[in-house]
Amino acid sequence: MSLYNDLRTSAELQREQEDGHRHCLRICRAAGCLSQHNDSITRALQDQVHGQGLENEVQVKGVGCMGLCAAGPLVSVSTHEGESVLYQHVSEADAPEIVAALDSEPVTRLQLDTSTPFFTRQYKIVLENSGIIDPDNIEEYVAADGYRALNTVLSEMTPADVIREVTISGLRGRGGGGYSTGLKWSTVAKAAGDLKYVICNADEGDPGAFMDRSVLESDPHRVLEGMAIAGYAIGAQKGFIYIRAEYPLAVERLKTAIRAAEKKNLLGDNILDTEFDFDIEIRLGAGAFVCGEETALMASIEGKRGQPRPRPPYPADYGLWGKPTLVNNVETYANITPIIRNGGEWFADIGTDNSKGTKVFALAGQIRNTGLIEVPMGITLREIIYDIGGGTPQGTALKAIQSGGPSGGCIPVEHIDSPVDYESLTRLGSFMGSGGMIVIDETADMVEIAKYFMEFCMTESCGKCIPCRVGTAHMYRLLDKIVRGQAAQSDLDLLEELCDLTRNTSLCGLGQASPNAVISTLRYFRHEYTARLIPEFAEEGER
Amino acid sequence: MSIKDKKYEARIQKHFGKYPDKRSAVMALLYIAQEEYGWVSPEAIQEVADLCEMDPTQVKSIAGFYTMYSEKPKGKYWLQVCTDLPCALKGADEFHKELKAYLGVEEGGTTDDGLFTVEHVMCLAACDKAPMLQCNFHYMENLDMEKMKAFVEEKRAELEQQTSKK
Ligand SMILES: Cc1cc2nc3c(=O)[nH]c(=O)nc-3n(C[C@H](O)[C@H](O)[C@H](O)COP(=O)(O)O)c2cc1C
Ligand code: FES
Repeated sequence: MSLYNDLRTSAELQREQEDGHRHCLRICRAAGCLSQHNDSITRALQDQVHGQGLENEVQVKGVGCMGLCAAGPLVSVSTHEGESVLYQHVSEADAPEIVAALDSEPVTRLQLDTSTPFFTRQYKIVLENSGIIDPDNIEEYVAADGYRALNTVLSEMTPADVIREVTISGLRGRGGGGYSTGLKWSTVAKAAGDLKYVICNADEGDPGAFMDRSVLESDPHRVLEGMAIAGYAIGAQKGFIYIRAEYPLAVERLKTAIRAAEKKNLLGDNILDTEFDFDIEIRLGAGAFVCGEETALMASIEGKRGQPRPRPPYPADYGLWGKPTLVNNVETYANITPIIRNGGEWFADIGTDNSKGTKVFALAGQIRNTGLIEVPMGITLREIIYDIGGGTPQGTALKAIQSGGPSGGCIPVEHIDSPVDYESLTRLGSFMGSGGMIVIDETADMVEIAKYFMEFCMTESCGKCIPCRVGTAHMYRLLDKIVRGQAAQSDLDLLEELCDLTRNTSLCGLGQASPNAVISTLRYFRHEYTARLIPEFAEEGER
Repeated sequence: MSIKDKKYEARIQKHFGKYPDKRSAVMALLYIAQEEYGWVSPEAIQEVADLCEMDPTQVKSIAGFYTMYSEKPKGKYWLQVCTDLPCALKGADEFHKELKAYLGVEEGGTTDDGLFTVEHVMCLAACDKAPMLQCNFHYMENLDMEKMKAFVEEKRAELEQQTSKK
């Protein structure tokens, strides 16, 4: 496999040149930090370096998300010996001081303490390159062991070997459902037909979720490599990435990455001089949340209204244009490369019995360290919220944690010591979902929160099936009535009936899960509902 | 004005090349049409229908289903304010209201000078930087009314300069 070796050698050569620099200044270029004028900070740092004639000693480069966006813009400074300092809330004006301090003591005024649990409690697999490599530079990805797994797969493994390794890893889909990835791959591999498709679901739309966007902006090649390996395993020659149009930066980075991979023969025909052909196309969504559901997503790619259809048939048998199709989430694909590189057993050793590996979570709402984290499955909510997240920002009391997006539920503070894995969260009436965690403090009104999620589901209902379209609207009106203090016990009873009905009769996951926010808040915070009910006769009188 | 112009030909053919049938390119072509016309006007629908060999009513139904296709003309700056729960927990509702009041528009409305359209949207995956909005697909984050007033004034001044030059 000389082709991969050549590639690797040239990438390492580049790395060596970089190592010739005594220092490397990394600036976050994810969208979150970009909007905080990072380009001008980069320029200011470059000007300083050039002004002092340090071009050969100091390298300045843009990288993906470093995680702690709340402290952004972030600049990390590392020395040849591997020591590094992280600076927070950096502005253009700080550039001279940062460059001047390179060979002496760090600028304490800006320094961020990296010995805190926020940094030490995380375990990075999916995000291993985020904030370290330049996402627009394929050589950096290759030098960081990128595309080695693809090379191994194509040169040493049969498709069945690949599927076996993924099955051993115990990886479960990260898009919400948690279905076994190995099992899904083997079903599509077995499906009859020569023409098959691979789809990457990047339609991330759950309120509070920004994991996939960050992975695509920070390390796009990882997702492409995962998809190519999947293509080889199931026997597909073509992949689509269905991505929200609202993610322009991620789209740009993906386009750049695909072009670069094609040039290096890592995508396209006869990849790495083997018989394997695989192309990836990007497909933009257009602002319909329901298109994240796999059958709606495929309808949308086919140029139809993005409405779900009943399953079975599953995409594995009857997918895109009627062909067997594999649909996985961004983070699922991002886990494939490390699984192949280190073996399924390695992955299966991380996490709990039924939930293997790590999970990326987006922390939002009333929490100090908002941003992205990656932790081993089985960690407790307490560790996430307090140790890593730093608790609520104003020291207010924590009330609940909402996980799983609009399909999820609210977990009350009493359960803060529960482990985070698929089964535990479901038992608590919530859901792993895609990884958004919204932290809710004592100032929040839980009925209002339920109303928010219902509004979301009502707005995003595709209108195809009646229980979802009418049910969500009716439940929303009842919640609004309760919030306004105009509802009676009979309204609450009706609300609970509608929850049941919508859950049991809706066509797709959107409708079926739409009552979850109501059900979970009723389970733990029923008093907030009943406290604002009015007596039955008073309601009559008001009319 | 037409997306059948030469300048779009290569792009359109590229989209057709991705799929086994023409219909599958309808969404990509609608984006191109929106770029050309500023919204998916009746002419835009007709042209996309011709190119994709579809019925115009089918194209219209698709344009209507997806929120990113605009069925009426929009201002030069399309301000999509996220008011989803995580943002709302950080004051996005109030921000959205104040912004509309400041610009003197209703939800979905456009200012008289044709510069700004304000609309609220669901999560844009920048919940940690609330209040936030997307202006023509660019993220603007950690906002407050002071920043927005400065932005609005800047854009108005630019417009004035341009018109006085002419
Ligand atoms: C309403 C609805 C929205 C969904 N949105 C997404 C999404 O944004 N991203 C995603 O990966 N999966 C989403 N899913 C799940 C997909 O249907 C599908 O199960 C998933 O993409 C499979 O990938 P995985 O096995 O890797 O998780 C959604 C499901 C429903 C019902
Ligand atoms: S809730 Fe506003 S960006 Fe996520």
